[in-house]
Amino acid sequence: MILVLVETDPQGVTLTSREALTFARTMGERMGDPQLEAVAVGPLPDTAAVLAHLGEQGVTTLHHADDERLAAYGAAAWAAAVVDVASSGAARLVVGSGTPRGMEVLAHVATRLDCLMAANVIALEDTDPLTVSRQVMGGGVFERMRLDGEVAVVAVAGHAVDPVPAAESRTTDVRTYEPALTDADLLTRVVRTEKAAGEDTSALTGAKVVVGAGRGAGSADGFTDLLELKDLLGGALGVSRVVTSLGWRPHHEQVGQTGSRISPDLYVACGISGAIQHWAGCQSAKTILAINTDPDAPMVTQAHYAVIGDLHEVVPAINEELRRRRG
Amino acid sequence: MTDVLVCIKRVPETSSQVLLSEDGMSVDARHVGHTVSPHEEAAVEIAIQVAEASGGTATVLTLGPADAVEQLRDAIAVGCTRAIHVEADSESFGPADVAAAIAEVVRGEDFGLVLVGNDAADSGDFQVGVRLAYALGRPVVTGISTLSLDGDTLTARGSGPDGDEIYELPCPAVVAIQEGGVAPRYPSIVGRMKAKKLPIETISTTVSPTTRRLGLTSPPERPSTVEVLGEGPEAAKAVVDMLVSIGVVSS
Repeated sequence: MILVLVETDPQGVTLTSREALTFARTMGERMGDPQLEAVAVGPLPDTAAVLAHLGEQGVTTLHHADDERLAAYGAAAWAAAVVDVASSGAARLVVGSGTPRGMEVLAHVATRLDCLMAANVIALEDTDPLTVSRQVMGGGVFERMRLDGEVAVVAVAGHAVDPVPAAESRTTDVRTYEPALTDADLLTRVVRTEKAAGEDTSALTGAKVVVGAGRGAGSADGFTDLLELKDLLGGALGVSRVVTSLGWRPHHEQVGQTGSRISPDLYVACGISGAIQHWAGCQSAKTILAINTDPDAPMVTQAHYAVIGDLHEVVPAINEELRRRRG
Repeated sequence: MTDVLVCIKRVPETSSQVLLSEDGMSVDARHVGHTVSPHEEAAVEIAIQVAEASGGTATVLTLGPADAVEQLRDAIAVGCTRAIHVEADSESFGPADVAAAIAEVVRGEDFGLVLVGNDAADSGDFQVGVRLAYALGRPVVTGISTLSLDGDTLTARGSGPDGDEIYELPCPAVVAIQEGGVAPRYPSIVGRMKAKKLPIETISTTVSPTTRRLGLTSPPERPSTVEVLGEGPEAAKAVVDMLVSIGVVSS
């Protein structure tokens, strides 16, 4: 059995978890173990939507750990719930998405199962021995890694695969269970969540359009035109690490290896040179438009479209053209 | 009073193309220099803050080659007062091996709080803190950007899908730090002098690492297919035409 830890949102199964399901299904088929099951922990916002997504991905059973002690997120308790299913079903692989939460729970799962875990996995290389390819050095290098043992844990890099429906969709059975939890498992649960306006990263990671800004913004005051372009395109602002390091913008807007990974339809990269660590976060954008004074910057040469010039001259002109066409 | 141990890792400093060694098993960093990950810079800062606030000490540890002393001295220069070097070929150490080696050190000492970076900038394994916590039988939280200690209770704040998530957990504990909550301090001249003089404690480990790395490869080079829409503000019309053609802007 291949077991996938799925994360949910009000729309059903999150995009990154559907990517992980597709990846896991492909792995299972190649390993000769097509039994694909899922585990979800805590309350489900919309069970019907979750089951529709799971059925589409070919999942036969959803194990739902529905216990009020799991309502508040806590990695150790959530991992206990996952391990319960993985052990009783003799899972050969436990797969999840490479989100911060997915990665944290999977690290606990791997430790509890005393097995290997590969993070940032992008491809299955071989099944005997089980070998995966994963991103290291912020995505600048690929590592081939052997996963020895009866069971292994795999965290799939965000947007490394597209979520593709299974050839045959399923009706997913739900098995609700109460995992055995110890007091120690419950020590590290979230005690409260503070939602400050605009401070969560979901708007950025889910945005269809992201307007990105790097050192070329020039200063903390250099974002006015960029913010207007973001509003005109109905998107979110994302910045490079240098921008947050210089204190021009808050960290939750950072795109890259140590920030958010985005997969918008359009990424407008303004004044960003395109260091590897930034690419790690934006390379899944469907279309990239680079605006940069340096025609040889990696962001320009790797983009789909480019404008050579100073963002402080180019962006206001684009804003003006957008406003003009809207009348 | 809480004595804090902060664990860092020497990694190649790369922002552009990464070169590989001839055998394809490691990164060739001869021409790029070394650093620690941004998360670990933040972890060092938090270690110093917690130690100062509780009247304890901040000790920095690394597992790595002899040259990793350079990163230990950087941490001393900003305020750590003790440095432990577990000399080892870190290339062959996986996350479970690193955690086991750090656990050996912690068991022989009295560190109430152990901090690590959320993930190393090179290997990106995301597991050392969690595996270390289990080895020590301590609670652990990861992705934490600010941390305060009141008595034996740690209050830790990280970013979650719906906003900032706050944890309260008992100390001793292990915490994996994510950059973004604190600004790492710059070394003072006095700090640099201390860093030069402070003796580094060099120890060995009984952990026998087993690498699962079969090899490294560079991603296939993508030929540039960029279409330059123009130069300067005159390109605005072509840009908006393109936005219409890909469906981001309605015509």
